[in-house]
Amino acid sequence: MSDRAHGIGGLKYDPRQKAKPQELNVLIALVLIVAAFELLGRLLYGDSFLFNTRPNVDAIFNWARLNIIILQVSIVGIIAIGVTQVIISGGIDLSSGSVVGATAMIVMSFAQTALVNGNPNPKAIFGDWAMDLPVLVPILVGLGCGLLAGAVNGVLIAYTRIPPFIATLGMMVSARGLARWWSNGQPVSFPTDSFAALGKGMMPVVYFILLAILFHLILRHTVYGKHTYAIGSNEDAARMSGINVARHKVIVYALAGMLAALAAIVLCSKNLTAQAGMGVMYELDAIAMSVIGGVSLAGGRGSIIGTVLGALIFGVIISGFTFLKLDAYYQEMVKGAIIVGAVVLDQWRQRRGAASP
Amino acid sequence: MDDIILETRNLTKHYGGVHALQGANFVLRKGEHVAIMGDNGAGKSTFVRQITGVEQRTRGEIIFNGSPVNFAGPLDAREAGIETVFQTLALADHLDVSDNLFLGRERIRFRLGPFSILDYRAMREATLEALQRTGVKIPNIHNTIERMSGGQRQCVAIARTATFHSKLTIMDEPTAALGVQETAQVEAIIRTLKEQGEPLILISHNMRQVFDLVDRIVVFRRGRICANLRKEETDGQDVVAYITGAKTQPEYEDAA
Repeated sequence: MSDRAHGIGGLKYDPRQKAKPQELNVLIALVLIVAAFELLGRLLYGDSFLFNTRPNVDAIFNWARLNIIILQVSIVGIIAIGVTQVIISGGIDLSSGSVVGATAMIVMSFAQTALVNGNPNPKAIFGDWAMDLPVLVPILVGLGCGLLAGAVNGVLIAYTRIPPFIATLGMMVSARGLARWWSNGQPVSFPTDSFAALGKGMMPVVYFILLAILFHLILRHTVYGKHTYAIGSNEDAARMSGINVARHKVIVYALAGMLAALAAIVLCSKNLTAQAGMGVMYELDAIAMSVIGGVSLAGGRGSIIGTVLGALIFGVIISGFTFLKLDAYYQEMVKGAIIVGAVVLDQWRQRRGAASP
Repeated sequence: MDDIILETRNLTKHYGGVHALQGANFVLRKGEHVAIMGDNGAGKSTFVRQITGVEQRTRGEIIFNGSPVNFAGPLDAREAGIETVFQTLALADHLDVSDNLFLGRERIRFRLGPFSILDYRAMREATLEALQRTGVKIPNIHNTIERMSGGQRQCVAIARTATFHSKLTIMDEPTAALGVQETAQVEAIIRTLKEQGEPLILISHNMRQVFDLVDRIVVFRRGRICANLRKEETDGQDVVAYITGAKTQPEYEDAA
């Protein structure tokens, strides 16, 4: 049986008729933004944004800049992967930034080394028993924290029926409080070498890419992914179809919490310290990456590929502003405008989608 | 009797002081297509909501497929084999046809708990087969529901009930919001169900449609059944007389 020429009347399956992927628009936007910076750079400073201009380096592209672009978004990008599936399910997660802060503090407390330059660790949180533990211990502790925070979010949302906005707002405030209380606001520092190796160099990028591939496959090819879209698209229909919506939501938020925890592990390993203020505003950056990448705040629509592209747009804009020697203040103002613009675009897309025959 | 698929005895539903449904005795036999007619508020939808477990009845018995049933919710009813096409379609707008057909009962290629791998190919082929069997025409099954017309959406909802070989299909005004051509398409599907011997309860206001499609017409008035008419023994005017209250069958006299 051939795939085409199937069926009676107009009934057929034609693989070429698959709807044009929405990610294409995001990709075009990314290319246009890069081109705009390239053009502005050439006009204003006679310098290239994308290409290598230093004669002593043998490369076509400016790899140093490209590496920074992706490195600076990959940790928030890991959070954005979790946030994307939450938004697709019709929810929102405001707690991820604070979960990063709290998890970083707790993780670092289990990753400390006993001796710093021959002296006892001045920032030690626990006694000798918690010093120089195998690197797996802080990782598992961290993932446990994220899982717990996410599961609490999920249970609140699924079983008390309070809006996700409120439940995760509560977690956002509480987790930040926990992060400050943990060591009375003091930073936790001096990890073991093996823990410090986790976030070295371009390692965050590697994790980001691997997790993006994993969650792309999960959302596209597993029952979990299909149900996540279905719940975000029409929760009543999902319930009528026999999906255990409450249980599913708990898993969605628990996974988002675990991804925030992974981001925390990578972040405090990279910085070699954990501070209570880590991850402030990360939740909004993660939401922005998702929305820029075409994830609909109304639920049911979006993809990990879109979010990755959204993260790249985010990184390009930040780098581009630095490249054009514009103040950091402008960056934030423009960032805000871009987020609002992306949501306006999403609304417009929804209206158009609903009106078409 | 063996060939009775659904029977209700003294089925009653009160909403507070409102007697929405009073002592409904109803029988549906295998392969039979029955229309339920009546004015707005006559109790048609209330009757269906008790059978499908969407609401819990005040009194009475429901016997489905030979045994008394107490559905806690619409899911129980569906698992027992009662598929319902509701006025508000239970479809996920952002998913495509086969996703919707198999929602909640996906075909699996590799079992892994909630992360089981979907077998898109098997679902696509089963979808095409189901659509062919029911005569549903959809230009491209890869279209998401939001890109479809009202008629196509209705067809998907009906195809879903037909795909899983339910024992009883209930349709609540399936063509109320549709155009002429789309209505014809839905009616063609209902005829296909008839040929395949699938029993059906059709709620409809459309007299022409009812006479075209069903074997028997049950009329509800003010929460009670007031007539049970074989199609051959009645006509449109007669049915209207029962709906409006000008006539009542002798055996339902106390309903007047």
